[in-house]
Amino acid sequence: MSITINDGVFIIISGLTIVSALGVVFSRNIIHSALFLVLAFLGVAGIFFELGAGFLGLVQILVYAGAISVLIIFAIMLVMNVEAEKTNLPNPSLKTHLWGACLALLLIITLGTSIWRSELFQVLGPPAVSDAVGLLAELMLGNYVVAFEVAAVLLLLAVVGAIILARGVEEE
Amino acid sequence: MIGLNHYLLLATILFGIGVYGVFSKRNAVAILMSIELMLNAVNINFVAINKFIQPSNTIGQLFAIFVIVVAAAEVSVGLALIISIYRHKKSVNLSDFNLMKW
Repeated sequence: MSITINDGVFIIISGLTIVSALGVVFSRNIIHSALFLVLAFLGVAGIFFELGAGFLGLVQILVYAGAISVLIIFAIMLVMNVEAEKTNLPNPSLKTHLWGACLALLLIITLGTSIWRSELFQVLGPPAVSDAVGLLAELMLGNYVVAFEVAAVLLLLAVVGAIILARGVEEE
Repeated sequence: MIGLNHYLLLATILFGIGVYGVFSKRNAVAILMSIELMLNAVNINFVAINKFIQPSNTIGQLFAIFVIVVAAAEVSVGLALIISIYRHKKSVNLSDFNLMKW
């Protein structure tokens, strides 16, 4: 069993992603959390590139690592009122930590062992097409056009709702 | 040899980290960030299953794009809510968010 370059790339990228996800959860300064979150998003984008989903990787970099993380960092700057070291303290009650750790470990162990032991996963369909983006566009504007339009309306509503919510009610 | 199992395992670990973050944090923005981690794990699952089970079409990638759209909407509304509550309460601590409790 030899390790090819592809496997090495996967191991490096997934290690980076998991370490930065742990950094998001465990760092005590929320700015550091946000920067680790950008790293985790970039790692996931690398996973997409490795899976041959180049368009989705680019969308991930643009939307997540670009837009959403900037939005989060702006919101952090707007709502930070104590010194930075104390912005992201863990919950003081031990009970929530135990619940969270139990749930997360249970999830990882049960799902992980079942994924690891199952032998069902093989390639069933014909091999991948080269023009994945064209196929994506045909699906999006063909069979799934209703979902596409609903997503557009959802984004518009979210933008308008966010503006109204963040502006607040004027005091009379 | 890296197969579908490895990708699904990576997604499971990311999702578990996100679940732990949602439970263990007090800052509302940090909880939003953990939810983003969980959504990313789901996206990895979609794309990996698409690649390994049926590589000839791209429905998994399409669904991942829809997940990204919904996540963007959710983050914008969530952060607007947090800013709006911060204006009244001067806090982003979730235990202070009891406006709808009497």
